[in-house]
Amino acid sequence: MPLPDHLRRLESESIHIFREVAAEFERPVLMYSIGKDSSVLLHLAMKAFYPGKLPFPLLHIDTTWKFQEMIAFRDQLAADLGVDLIVHTNPDGLAQGINPIASGSAVHTDIMKTQALKQALDAHKFDCAIGGARRDEEKSRAKERVMSFRDGHHAWDPKNQRPELWNLYNCRVKPGESVRAFPLSNWTELDIWTYIQHENIPIVSLYLAKPRPVVERDGQLIMVDDDRLPLGENEVPRDEVVRFRTLGCYPLTAAVRSDAASIEDIILETAAARTSEREGRLIDSDQAGSMEKKKREGYF
Amino acid sequence: MGDQATLAPQRSLLRFFTCGSVDDGKSSLIGRLLVDTKGVFDDQSVALAADSRKYGTVADGLDLALLVDGLQAEREQGITIDVAYRFFATPARNFIVADTPGHEQYTRNMATGASTAALAVILIDARKGVVTQTHRHSYIARLLGIRQVLVAVNKMDLVDYDQNVFNAIAANYQNFAMDLKIDDVKAIPVSALHGDNVCIPSANMPWYTGPTVLEHLETAPDTVPTPARGFRLPVQWVNRPNLDFRGFSGTVVGADVKVGDPVIVEPAGTASQITEIVSANGVRDVAYPGDAVTVRLADEIDVSRGDVLHHANAPMEITDQVQAHLIWMSREPMIPGRQYMIKIGSRTSAAWVSELKYVINVNTREHTAAKTLHLNEIAVCNLSLDRRIPCDAYADVPQTGAFILIDRTTNETAGAGMIDFGLRRADNLTRQSVSIDRAQRAAALGQRPSVLWFTGLSGAGKSTLANRVEEKLHAEGKRTYLLDGDNVRHGLNRDLGFTDADRVENIRRVGEVTKLMMDAGLIVLVSAISPFRSERDMARQLIDDGAFYEIFVDADLATCEARDRKGLYARARRGEIQNFTGVDSPYEPPLSPELRVDTTAIDPDEAAEQVLKLLTR
Repeated sequence: MPLPDHLRRLESESIHIFREVAAEFERPVLMYSIGKDSSVLLHLAMKAFYPGKLPFPLLHIDTTWKFQEMIAFRDQLAADLGVDLIVHTNPDGLAQGINPIASGSAVHTDIMKTQALKQALDAHKFDCAIGGARRDEEKSRAKERVMSFRDGHHAWDPKNQRPELWNLYNCRVKPGESVRAFPLSNWTELDIWTYIQHENIPIVSLYLAKPRPVVERDGQLIMVDDDRLPLGENEVPRDEVVRFRTLGCYPLTAAVRSDAASIEDIILETAAARTSEREGRLIDSDQAGSMEKKKREGYF
Repeated sequence: MGDQATLAPQRSLLRFFTCGSVDDGKSSLIGRLLVDTKGVFDDQSVALAADSRKYGTVADGLDLALLVDGLQAEREQGITIDVAYRFFATPARNFIVADTPGHEQYTRNMATGASTAALAVILIDARKGVVTQTHRHSYIARLLGIRQVLVAVNKMDLVDYDQNVFNAIAANYQNFAMDLKIDDVKAIPVSALHGDNVCIPSANMPWYTGPTVLEHLETAPDTVPTPARGFRLPVQWVNRPNLDFRGFSGTVVGADVKVGDPVIVEPAGTASQITEIVSANGVRDVAYPGDAVTVRLADEIDVSRGDVLHHANAPMEITDQVQAHLIWMSREPMIPGRQYMIKIGSRTSAAWVSELKYVINVNTREHTAAKTLHLNEIAVCNLSLDRRIPCDAYADVPQTGAFILIDRTTNETAGAGMIDFGLRRADNLTRQSVSIDRAQRAAALGQRPSVLWFTGLSGAGKSTLANRVEEKLHAEGKRTYLLDGDNVRHGLNRDLGFTDADRVENIRRVGEVTKLMMDAGLIVLVSAISPFRSERDMARQLIDDGAFYEIFVDADLATCEARDRKGLYARARRGEIQNFTGVDSPYEPPLSPELRVDTTAIDPDEAAEQVLKLLTR
């Protein structure tokens, strides 16, 4: 079945962006987070340079709290595709024992994600980090450029963004400065799923519904992925048919009750959804303007 | 997205942008489209309710504008600062809206939103009608190539849903749009606040039977129609995975490309043929505009990033000089002669403005001369590049006619432009050679062709003197022609006014015509105020050295004004004529004319004799 017209246009636009990045930056890197958006991002990157190989490595920031299945999926995929995968964990955070439970989501996210990302980008002197963020995800993302300039401290200045016209991307940076490139800027969640179906793109099965051990906390379903999750006295994990709309650190990512066991089911569910996918992201709702604040500090 | 947005097998994508100021309810209109197509999720609605209480400008209920004003600063100040992109869908179509701020200081943001759009939604407050900013928004949209405009006449609830109010505004806009060559205008009466005619037909306006805003957006063409100029492929990336494969990657522009098509690689001009169109989904026979592909060529020729492939039958401009419309986007003003990086297609090189012709007032479209170009100003200029590059007029092929200028020190995107045409078009038009030249024509006439250029204030006596000189030359049997500035303005230059920019163009044309007449062997007399030194110098450069005589017909302003044979000074003083030289427009006297004639001291006969003496020197 040929791609619908709107997906064909989005696909071509993303491929165009990938080629600009590869041609204009000295050391680009693809931020691979193992989620569905990353899967589409990687798929498009492979297409952009086919039959050649990816002209940049993949970088995964591992907080050590990802779902076990995500890590297994990551390693298998990197081996299958023959891509160069860099995994980085913040060694300082690890030594301090930072974790999402005792340290809280804000501290954990800052040290194990934001600081870790900056460490990796600095260590490898990457001048462009390609990410899978979409403008429909969140209000401050809706204002962000495809090529989003970051100063020497990786900070985003929303009031001083470079104008971006047509498909003429300004990729000029000075030493130490960088750009976050977002080839999926104009895709929506539904576009992502429809494209995954059409292109048969492998995804982590956590997106598909099946019985999983969960506990319910403040109305959120948290999956007990390993024995590090402390359980309350009366808290007993019970199997529920659930799936995830987004994937992150397991204690910070809530599951949703769903029977969607196939991509087609997910598309129908997404099309009818009444809540945004980020609702399950506990870190986004910490405070007002949360995402904009994190991005100013260097978060993706 | 919304539950009605289930999966039609063939969905299209319309990108449009909205403009209007905060008060017009632009963000409310987008908010309404999002809410009514269920493009807003429940948790976002909950957040919106909280935000509305905190920042909201609507007395009670949800402030839909807060859905789109995403930055903290915008929410606090209640204004839109930057372009926001929003998404919604119906069963027929996906939509990407660029929500752009409307104030004059955000012209660059509006141009940004318009650059990727196929349609503009322009908000008009029904209480105010077509206002200055409507002109500005429409002009910028058209400048960026948009020819479909949906005029949302908003706040109909505040004018009692009055049909006459709407009709008057719609008719007014229609007239003005025609003037701008915006050919597709749809006016719809709405109330964004209450949802009338946004997604649901209004019960309050039964007299309106046309489509709702959403219905119109669902059926409008999703691309900007451009003339079929043929296939182009700006090469982004040379794909060389191994010795057996060399492909050229880029996005197809302009027209389809098929295997077997003859192509030219520019700017080298090398010819070859498409042998394969490669994509990750297999080889293809044909690729369409917008497709990101990799093509292979029949010959082992040199092709690198920045080069452009085009169909052999669809040539491009290859030039190092273009005329362009330039939008300035930096706080640091543009200075002619200063070098910038120019990115056009996939090619980056050096460029500078060689001539800032005029700045366009975005509200009135008047032209004014300027030395520099400031933030949010739009100008027409000549641009020089450090090498010859392939390009097209923006009106023909936007993707190969658009460019950005990047500041070399700060790396900021300082300007964006659209090519009007390549200059030195003689280069690629190939000048037709003629076997009889100026010297032979002059010999046949038995005279030395020359130009007598009379410059001076209105009323200084230029025409009187030029006339007298021509009479005397004619009596001697010379072949002459007198080009009078006033007369030329009735014909050749009747499209020009009296702004500095138009005066410059007026003289440029007179100079070119003078040159042709001199080539024909004539002695040409030009009588024109020609107030600017640079243009008189330009005319001098067009003519061979030694054959150009600048005659400064000098009389002080008071004398000219006292003479006032045509009554023009009096009218200018009463303010009935604008840009009148000597009154409210400058005259730059020649610094070293071949002859200065003081008409307050000598009579025309005597002056004419002095002029004739020049020709016999």
